[in-house]
Amino acid sequence: MKYAGRLAAVAVVGALSLAACGTDNNSSGSTNGTTAASAPAAGNDNGLSGTINAAGSSAQANAIDQWKKDFQAKNSGVSLNYQPSGSGAGVQSFIAGTVDFAGSDSALKDDKGEPAQADARCKTGKAINIPMVTGPVAVVYNVPGVDGLQLSPKTIGGIFDSKITKWDDAAIKADNPDAKLPSTPISAFHRSDESGTSDNFTKFLKATAGWPYEPAKAWPAEAKGQGAKGSDQVAASVKSTEGSIGYVELSFAENSQLSKAKVANGSGEFVELTADSAAKTVETAEITGTGNDLKLSIDYATKTAGAYPIVLVTYEITCEKGLAPEQAKIVKEFLTYTSSDEGQAALKELGYAPLAGELLTKVRTAVGAIS
Amino acid sequence: MTTNVRTRGGGPATGRSASRRSHGEGPFKFVSTGAGVLLLGIMAAIAVFLISEAVPALQANKGNLFTDLIWEPNGSQVFGIGALAFGTVLSSAIALVIATPIAVGVALFISHYAPRRLAGPLGYLVDLLAAVPSVVYGLWGVTFLVPLLRTPSQWLNENLGWFPLFSGEGAIGGKTMLAGGIVLAIMILPIIAAISREVFLQAPKMNEEAALALGATRWEMIRMAVLPFGRPGVISAAMLGLGRAMGETIAVALIFPATFDISFEILTPHANSIAANIANGFGEATQVGRGALIASGLVLFVITLLVNMGARMVINRRKEFRAVGA
Repeated sequence: MKYAGRLAAVAVVGALSLAACGTDNNSSGSTNGTTAASAPAAGNDNGLSGTINAAGSSAQANAIDQWKKDFQAKNSGVSLNYQPSGSGAGVQSFIAGTVDFAGSDSALKDDKGEPAQADARCKTGKAINIPMVTGPVAVVYNVPGVDGLQLSPKTIGGIFDSKITKWDDAAIKADNPDAKLPSTPISAFHRSDESGTSDNFTKFLKATAGWPYEPAKAWPAEAKGQGAKGSDQVAASVKSTEGSIGYVELSFAENSQLSKAKVANGSGEFVELTADSAAKTVETAEITGTGNDLKLSIDYATKTAGAYPIVLVTYEITCEKGLAPEQAKIVKEFLTYTSSDEGQAALKELGYAPLAGELLTKVRTAVGAIS
Repeated sequence: MTTNVRTRGGGPATGRSASRRSHGEGPFKFVSTGAGVLLLGIMAAIAVFLISEAVPALQANKGNLFTDLIWEPNGSQVFGIGALAFGTVLSSAIALVIATPIAVGVALFISHYAPRRLAGPLGYLVDLLAAVPSVVYGLWGVTFLVPLLRTPSQWLNENLGWFPLFSGEGAIGGKTMLAGGIVLAIMILPIIAAISREVFLQAPKMNEEAALALGATRWEMIRMAVLPFGRPGVISAAMLGLGRAMGETIAVALIFPATFDISFEILTPHANSIAANIANGFGEATQVGRGALIASGLVLFVITLLVNMGARMVINRRKEFRAVGA
């Protein structure tokens, strides 16, 4: 009797959970089935086939996902795997030869000997950094009753360095002469995991606000503030905490419908963040790489009118020459698509900024040189 | 078992079954010995790997591993474990303080109060809590519990702010040590409850009935006959739970604000732990960074070992209770 009861309990729970799993799997299986089945029909096959593996930055994961879908619709024989394992892990995988290209929030770093290691991986050729996805970083806030908050870089630095602790601080008031600011304490959220977003955000602060710490992927412990894991958690924390401020990529700010602060650029103009205002800053970036290596140096204090200064440029790192011929062909085709007008236009809807002007031409030349 | 072995060794056993047994003996011995040796081998390999990865990072450390409250192995190569170890211990202690009384209550209810028909399914439900993935607990904590705790935290801070744990200024509530501690408590509750329940069920029926016969109420009977018998079991259950809490990674990585300071204020956002720091740092770590994280894992291993050894000592010292029970 006793055992029968226990068995019954287990059986019921087991059956319920299995049934739940079963339905899940079935439904997702069937949707997968339909997309897989319909993709070849929609695509105009051009004979390209094979598998390429890539890994790296999670900041460009959404863009790659979209591109992958569009690209595979046109090339049904190609399968592309992108593992958003983080830029550092992506570059390591590329050097180790387990992926064909790496997505990274920063170009290969000289001081760590990465270019040499990556060149060695490419055997005959050399490794190149190709800027492909630019993600503007939004300064998001949640202060009831305050709209259109304007912040100068110095104020942002003070807030995130825990020097400015109340919303009615004189520095914030000076940036917003007309706003009614409450006297509540500021909760400043940063990324608790290491991220290229933190790296770029602190680079911006270092260049413009006298940020006293070395820019790095890890948030400096001395600056205090509260950490949250991943951009999604930063956005969620800001959303649920009154009197909070944080920094996230534009797409996360838009998905969570958070208010974005206008940030002052080098000429003191407070600029609203849009894909176009961010693209203006990327256009003025200086290319410090040689040849087809398009390593960029961003001018965070840009004086261009209407340019939003906090942007994150992510690169695709691959071999100019030296990939296996099959792989090189697919990588080249894929990057040709991503740098096409169509590919870059798809970015805008995802909360990224498209490449433009002379830089885009150079990117296309660099992609064309892959073989 | 022993009789089987004896028949095999001597006597004219009845043909078929005996020969079958002796056939099975060799392979079984081989498999079980092999499993034991393999386990030791794997443990040794892990230890060698951890130490060989950690040592270069520790040599590259330009700060002091035990006193620096900073973690920058990738940049300035200064890193210290102090704040992380403190956070690990404090959050686990909070979890234990919350979870143990509740778990003992649950266990007692299932073993001595609940009608038998309810006790079985209830026991399985508690066990099911242990099967929920920790990332689910973390997400629940950060999206539901953290906002929920804000108002009570502010009340505690205003009214009981003189108590050091509840003191603090600035932003009160949110991603705090308390929130992490509560989530950890829920996570370790099923472990402590399940083991305590089994122990309580084994309390000698004779003592229980004697207590009842002497006119004790049910609670008095539990206090006299069940709790003393179960105490070592509850302590070891709590220590198992503590081990789980200290090693918990992703739930606290989601909840803790990853600060690097030592603060007893559990209502202000100051919290971090060794495991959470590993989860946060591993993706983008360089060679030294990875070694540093592994070294912090070794420290966690040592802390857990010390705690478990302490628990063993406590249990051994209380062996007499078991003698009374038997």
